[in-house]
Amino acid sequence: MTTTASRAPLAQPASRRRRPFNPRRAAAWALLVLAIAVSVLPFLWVLRTALSTNNALATNAASLLPAEFSFGAFKRVFGLQSAAEAVAEGGSGAQIDFWLYLRNSIVFSSITTAGAVFFSAMAAYAFARLRWKGRNAVFSLFLGTMLVPPIFTALPNFLLIKNLDLLNTMLGMVLPYLFMTPFAIFFLRQFFLNMSREVEEAAMLDGAKHLRIFFQIVLPNAAAPIATLALLTFIGQWNEYFWPLLVGSQDDVRVLQVGLGVFKSQSPQGAPDWSGLMAATLISALPVLILFAAFGKKIVNSIGFSGIK
Amino acid sequence: MTTLAKHPSSVAPAEVKPRPKSGLRGLGDLKIALLFIAPAMIGFIVFYVVPTLRGVYLSFTEYNILGDPEWVGMENYTAIAKDPLFWNSLAVTGQYVFLNIVLQTALALGLALLMHQVAKSTIIRGALLLPYLMSNVIAALLWFWMLDYQIGVVNQFIEWSGLPRVAFFGSEAWAIPTQALINTWRHMGYTALLIFAGLQAIPGHVYEVAKLDGASAFQTFRKITIPLLRPVLVLVLVVTVIGSFQVFDTVAVTSGGGPVNATRVIQYYIYQRAFTESDFGYGSAIAVILFLILALVAFIQMKFLKGNESDLD
Repeated sequence: MTTTASRAPLAQPASRRRRPFNPRRAAAWALLVLAIAVSVLPFLWVLRTALSTNNALATNAASLLPAEFSFGAFKRVFGLQSAAEAVAEGGSGAQIDFWLYLRNSIVFSSITTAGAVFFSAMAAYAFARLRWKGRNAVFSLFLGTMLVPPIFTALPNFLLIKNLDLLNTMLGMVLPYLFMTPFAIFFLRQFFLNMSREVEEAAMLDGAKHLRIFFQIVLPNAAAPIATLALLTFIGQWNEYFWPLLVGSQDDVRVLQVGLGVFKSQSPQGAPDWSGLMAATLISALPVLILFAAFGKKIVNSIGFSGIK
Repeated sequence: MTTLAKHPSSVAPAEVKPRPKSGLRGLGDLKIALLFIAPAMIGFIVFYVVPTLRGVYLSFTEYNILGDPEWVGMENYTAIAKDPLFWNSLAVTGQYVFLNIVLQTALALGLALLMHQVAKSTIIRGALLLPYLMSNVIAALLWFWMLDYQIGVVNQFIEWSGLPRVAFFGSEAWAIPTQALINTWRHMGYTALLIFAGLQAIPGHVYEVAKLDGASAFQTFRKITIPLLRPVLVLVLVVTVIGSFQVFDTVAVTSGGGPVNATRVIQYYIYQRAFTESDFGYGSAIAVILFLILALVAFIQMKFLKGNESDLD
């Protein structure tokens, strides 16, 4: 009896593996593989282009391997090439400081992420765990701002930052994102609502105040959703283009996304510096690619949830 | 005394507590809540509420940043009504939104069904999500290169298959479809994952019953999958429409509104009027119109979603 019982669950996956060939399934797989190829292959093409030289690209437009393998494009992007060398390899010869833009992007994204996630967590705590009059009305008001298109507030916000004399400063770039995003509050409130009250109440009986409960119980218990939110916020901020374009157009605060546009427009119209442009693109994408490689599962699993926005 | 009766278990602590504390109970946690919400509230008021009101105010003014805004009433709006560039931007944006809805929803629905049937692995979902995690600027540049007329790889393939090369960014006919294709590439996987999540939520027994009743695959899809998926599909449509109306980055980086006015979408036109021509009143007025369009879309969304909430029960 015991042998049959233990064999039965084993038999099932075995028979599942030996499924007969099914043309519909095969076709479905083929289409899926095609979709994956369309999603992923462009990145390999970018890498291949970045490792080519511009001269060889023109004559060798479709080979999968780099045309005349060279690190020249990356050197050019990071300003490690002399102007003459750069021009010889199809660059514009103008200096562009991608290290600086990389640093600016890291500073901009990290500060806004830290601020928005922390302050939104505090607000979410007030909306989820504290009882006060008008709580739901204020929350709906906050949520309502999700409907306001960013371009609409961008114009007056630009004027405000200008009046404060903060154009082309990191502070001016960071401020509008620093205190909250409606989505972050919404996202964390969902999690805080579902936390059990028991631990919190036990702590209360011990005389713990809300600040201590927030820092020592709620935040640690919500570490996973907070990490996911921080990840999503960071990627979003890293990719932000419009606001940094308006406010941070000067070199010392310019972020990578804006720098990419500048790099592209520097290319002579007739013959763009394709390998340089693709090297720059890859560098700008790299942090997100690394985060994705490390936390892909977290990001993927958050999609069903974040779709509620 | 009545409170004591209500909470017999807390008799001892309640008696120990001093009286003023129970008097504060009426306010709930308001004081501490204000403390917790203060930073978010400041950001909310300064960077969302006030700019929204100021944006509406600016739309009734003439303002070139140097002087003070000058009240001109409806002048901006009447000028917009007669502005061919505005109507063109609206038409171009409409075209872009329409293409995005059709392409993105159809492809994403197909992909979601494929995943649901043959592969649910995280790796596959991750691969499909990769473009979505890239910025608009990166997606734009990557395709700007691959779609290049001279040496872009796509045109190489087009030539090999015996067709004439396509000036994707340079021809008026292709400019908007190209922008829509880039956006579709970036969002296809994300949208598919949203729909996939919706598919996962449909209970299996619904399908079993359909099978017992002898329903064909197509009938099941039409009579069960689509209706039960309707809330997700409506959500996807609305997110796509609202997002598409605000296209800017890809246009700004690749075609810059051209050729001629073929890709001068609404947001790009606002940007030009406000920031390159320093006409903030006019730019704000167009932004108000865009805002109203999006509010209308959101309103329709809420109506639809409410009507469909019971579908899954």
